[in-house]
Amino acid sequence: MGMTITEKILAKHAGRATVAPGENLWCDVDVLMTHDVCGPGTIGVFHEHFGADAKVFDPAKVVVVPDHYIFTADTKAHRNIEILREFAARQKLPYYYDPDFMTAGVAGIPKAYRDAATTAYRGVCHVALPQNGHTRPGELLLGTDSHTCTRGAFGEFATGIGNTEAGFVLGTGKLWLKVPASMKFEFTGTMPPWLMAKDLILHVIGAIGVDGATYAAMEFTGPAISSLNMDERCTICNMAIEAGGKSGIIAADAVTLAFVRSRTDKPFQTFTSDADATYAKAMTFDVSKLSPTVACPHSPDKAANAADLGGVKLHRSYIGSCTGGKTTDFIAAATVLAGRKVAIPTFIVPATVEVDRDLDRCKVGPQTLRAIFQAAGCTIGPASCAACLGGPVDTFGRANEPIHVISTTNRNFPGRMGHKDAHVYLASPLTAAASAVAGKIVDPRGYVKADRAIGLA
Amino acid sequence: MEKKIRGKAFVVGDHVDTDQIIPAEYLSYNPADPAERKYFGRYAMSGVPAPASGLPKGNVPFVAQGQWTSEFTVLVAGRNFGCGSSREHAPLALAEAGCKAVVAVGYARIFYRNSINGAYVLPFECEADPAKHVRTGDEVEIDTAAGTLTDLTTGESWTLAGLGSVAGIIDAGGLFDYARKAGMLK
Repeated sequence: MGMTITEKILAKHAGRATVAPGENLWCDVDVLMTHDVCGPGTIGVFHEHFGADAKVFDPAKVVVVPDHYIFTADTKAHRNIEILREFAARQKLPYYYDPDFMTAGVAGIPKAYRDAATTAYRGVCHVALPQNGHTRPGELLLGTDSHTCTRGAFGEFATGIGNTEAGFVLGTGKLWLKVPASMKFEFTGTMPPWLMAKDLILHVIGAIGVDGATYAAMEFTGPAISSLNMDERCTICNMAIEAGGKSGIIAADAVTLAFVRSRTDKPFQTFTSDADATYAKAMTFDVSKLSPTVACPHSPDKAANAADLGGVKLHRSYIGSCTGGKTTDFIAAATVLAGRKVAIPTFIVPATVEVDRDLDRCKVGPQTLRAIFQAAGCTIGPASCAACLGGPVDTFGRANEPIHVISTTNRNFPGRMGHKDAHVYLASPLTAAASAVAGKIVDPRGYVKADRAIGLA
Repeated sequence: MEKKIRGKAFVVGDHVDTDQIIPAEYLSYNPADPAERKYFGRYAMSGVPAPASGLPKGNVPFVAQGQWTSEFTVLVAGRNFGCGSSREHAPLALAEAGCKAVVAVGYARIFYRNSINGAYVLPFECEADPAKHVRTGDEVEIDTAAGTLTDLTTGESWTLAGLGSVAGIIDAGGLFDYARKAGMLK
């Protein structure tokens, strides 16, 4: 019987010829990622169980990316960066991305990096990992963050784990994993210029619910997926967790290989699903029939067409995060904001310093993205997770009042962006930008030129 | 595993995510520091909107203002408990508050794994959705050997699903002890 891409990758990492859903396997880990929120706890678990002088299983396979609580005056958050620094130095970790603009003992919100080109800091882990060559097809990557599933976009198995599990991996390089059942989501048709990957995944989550894929691997296929660039594929896999998925995955193709080879020299093996592989469920969507989609408060599965939410007045638009703060997300937003003014406070947060540099390197028409956003009246912050998950009260863009926010982020559970009674609407960068101009939720169709290809490879 | 877990029940609904179990603003406390770890108990379940906190009436805090632990021993929830973020601080917060077990229709997978691998709370599944029947404050008892949840206040009882393939990890006392028993670790 055939196997899915997910089953093949897990079998390889467990030293097995075949595996079946439901089996528990001890798997070898290729990359373990942690950050400033879960790193200190993970390090604590590691030393508690392996000893004060213990060494990590392989320094080159441990990637530490501070990104969550950087631009805050929270002294414990500053202390957590010191814990990561000390650990990385003692373990001689080659891939620790230090927020070098933060000085130990200096109180207040750190002044951001002066030059995005020279800082060791990177920004949001889920975007920084592929950019810095830590993502390869066929590998097994674990991270102490639920959106670790983002990396399935590169044809690898990637999932989020806890501190205890990560502490265990630090010492052993292994973890038990249950082989998930696979679900297949096929996208046919041609992407219209006003539709983005965010619309596709919000539509899927709306169709199956926030627990519709619990413990399953969500496999995305079809010509519309093949047409997407890597940023867009990441958006789709990023939100697999929002349907309860253990992982999201898209088999590597020429687009994937071109990106990966430009970022890493390490060899890798690609896998694809067999034609006779077994799926717990299969669904097909024709993208040419989908409309710009918004997830209403307070759950990512409360999907509605943007066009049907015209009455919803907004107080803020937020464009950022691992889901919606990548370079091509900002190119999309800029196509709407070029030559227009925002009617409500609009926050722009590049996911990483590389995306931040792209705000100056990429243009829509004659202007750079940064110039377009500035002229439109947006407020641009430094690369970080920022207000996506609320965080400390002084976090850039945090909803500290019960306001209505349209956001390109991934979650809108109560209190997610700060205030428990804030209403968060999840949308694509196009919809968030168009709604910023209108001051209320609008369908972006009226704001996008028909000849503009959005998010395509 | 304790044979019987008895105490007051705290009831919530479907899809309670980890931001509600422990809000992000408290994640800068370091769980590896014993003095800071207890703050997770203080703020456990503090992100649940008041009308949904302690059903069916609501407006019941899981941990009373200014306290470090909860008067509730068993958490009864609906579908997809612990969805969202991977933060292990969530089951840790429940355990720090004194909660010993959760009975839910189902769990998000990372919360479920964290509960078991870190040996924080016992995550029992019950398809019959006792959260629709048990009232916050009811005295309840979980018989782990018999696999039942009984509301001692009303006399109602439900059968819990078996723990399946993770029972060995729970019996061992978490991931590390399980791996030691299996000979993977010294």
